[in-house]
Amino acid sequence: MLCPLARSTIAAMQVAAAEAHSRERAIEVENLVKRFGDITAVDGISLSVPAGEVFGLLGPNGAGKTTTINILTGLARPLAGEVRVGGIDCSRHLKAAQHLMGVVPDESNLYPELTGFQNLCFCGALYGMTRAARERRAHELLERFDLAGAAQRKFAGYSRGMKRRLTIAAGIMHQPPILFLDEPTTGIDVASARQVRQLIGEMNRAGTTVFLTTHYIEEAERLCRRVAFIVSGRIVREDTVKNLMRQVGGTHIVQFTVSKATPDMAGSLSAAFAATRFEMTSDTQFRAISTEPIRVGTLVVFMEQNGLAVSEAREIHPSLEDVFVQVTGLAAQEMKREKERTGGGGGP
Amino acid sequence: MRYRIAFWNILLKDIRSYYLKPPNISWGIVFPLAWAGMFFVRSGTGIESVESLLPGLVSLSILFGTTSVLAVTVTFEKRGRSFERLLLAPIPLELLMLAKTSGAILFGVMNAFVPILLASLIIDLSISSWGLFLPVVLLIAMTSTFLGLFIAVSVSEVFEAQTFSNFVRFPMIFLCGLFFPIAALPSFLQPLSYALPLTYGVDVLHDVFGGASTLPLLLDFGVLGAYCAALFALSLRNVRRRWIL
Repeated sequence: MLCPLARSTIAAMQVAAAEAHSRERAIEVENLVKRFGDITAVDGISLSVPAGEVFGLLGPNGAGKTTTINILTGLARPLAGEVRVGGIDCSRHLKAAQHLMGVVPDESNLYPELTGFQNLCFCGALYGMTRAARERRAHELLERFDLAGAAQRKFAGYSRGMKRRLTIAAGIMHQPPILFLDEPTTGIDVASARQVRQLIGEMNRAGTTVFLTTHYIEEAERLCRRVAFIVSGRIVREDTVKNLMRQVGGTHIVQFTVSKATPDMAGSLSAAFAATRFEMTSDTQFRAISTEPIRVGTLVVFMEQNGLAVSEAREIHPSLEDVFVQVTGLAAQEMKREKERTGGGGGP
Repeated sequence: MRYRIAFWNILLKDIRSYYLKPPNISWGIVFPLAWAGMFFVRSGTGIESVESLLPGLVSLSILFGTTSVLAVTVTFEKRGRSFERLLLAPIPLELLMLAKTSGAILFGVMNAFVPILLASLIIDLSISSWGLFLPVVLLIAMTSTFLGLFIAVSVSEVFEAQTFSNFVRFPMIFLCGLFFPIAALPSFLQPLSYALPLTYGVDVLHDVFGGASTLPLLLDFGVLGAYCAALFALSLRNVRRRWIL
């Protein structure tokens, strides 16, 4: 039996250890499994996000991104596995862990009947902020997110971009050290998406750990230090963006715009230029990819001789998207189009 | 302190956003009054019979005032995903659901006074046993609210919540002794009457308004309390099982 003093000392040491731990690793996930009936949505995911990092979970629709974020934030229960946020075991002390989290869901789900200002104040109140503190913070965020002019307007009357910005503001009302963002720029215009990305960068520079899911690979490339590719509930690759880019460092890519790109044409090009891979990206565009420098003139002459008008040839610098395609075998453009069909979207 | 702020703000938001809105007023106040008027006219008795209608009228006002609003404050918010914000907040689920239902309970209690006030304008009404009236009104409001909550968290759509509410509410008008005694019902329906919580609340109200209660008051309060606890516990279980997947 321990005396009360010893018990409180041990408890204080445990809290201090958890805090020290949280400084090192903001999010830790081990062997996470989640099934919906026969479908395995998350299949043994393990990952670790150090404090102060921007981490991206990338994958196509239905890969398990939102299910993973729901489990991490407490909106879903895993079948197996462990989740620790800020060093706190979420299966045992979810509410304590939730105090450290800010969550921005993939849909802007604030209250349509409340004004922007009232929405922010209400979200602050959920985290126990006093009236003075939440009003001060709401004004500050409305200014920062360029929404001060719409503060007294009802959320229902906001544009998509404004709704998204206010939803992000609501997620950081209580100044959480860890922020979860589910598809932060889906469904908003280009200018708003750029503004949202700037804000995410600013928050991270101010010390916030950011865990985001996105299908916009360029967005992840710009924002994240580290990413994981998730396909069918499994992480197929996880590394820093820098390391992943090394994988395609020696690759040369030239994008051609032609009168009509067809699979037959790609086939005849592949037959004639064996060292080069040809990928159609649209009805009028295809890419030539090679580890050797690509001789553009020879290719253009070949195509013109075969009755194809070439209007443009442009060198493309390899991107994270190319790594994604290489690693997952999935067409990133198709993934983006699919998401835009279902969710609308501005994107990077 | 932290929890108190969250609790009050959830309650205040719901009151501002949902209560005192036209649909709520029509279900909670106009509808029970229309029913009472119908029974009053049908009975063909004079103004002195108003007091005997009050137990039913008070019960109906509470029942319809509480159950109809949960479909909006809970099911509608779940459908629009704003309820997720509450589930993500660092407050215990029990406290959250109490905050979501406290407005309905308060509204139910206030609704109970509408027929009382109206009746006092036309008859010389005096409630001798406030000590019975207030606790039973509160318990009926809590039971009805938690019944509405149980339905609201068991369905996915607002129209489903309203439909299922009506499946329960309308039979209660006839089965719970609101306007005619349970003993007057066919004997095969009487066990059903005693399975419904409102029967026990109405029994106490008959005692309050000068009629005779048919059951021991302790039993009435005990059953209402048990229904409250069971419906709240089942609602929490449903939220955990259906909404935190």
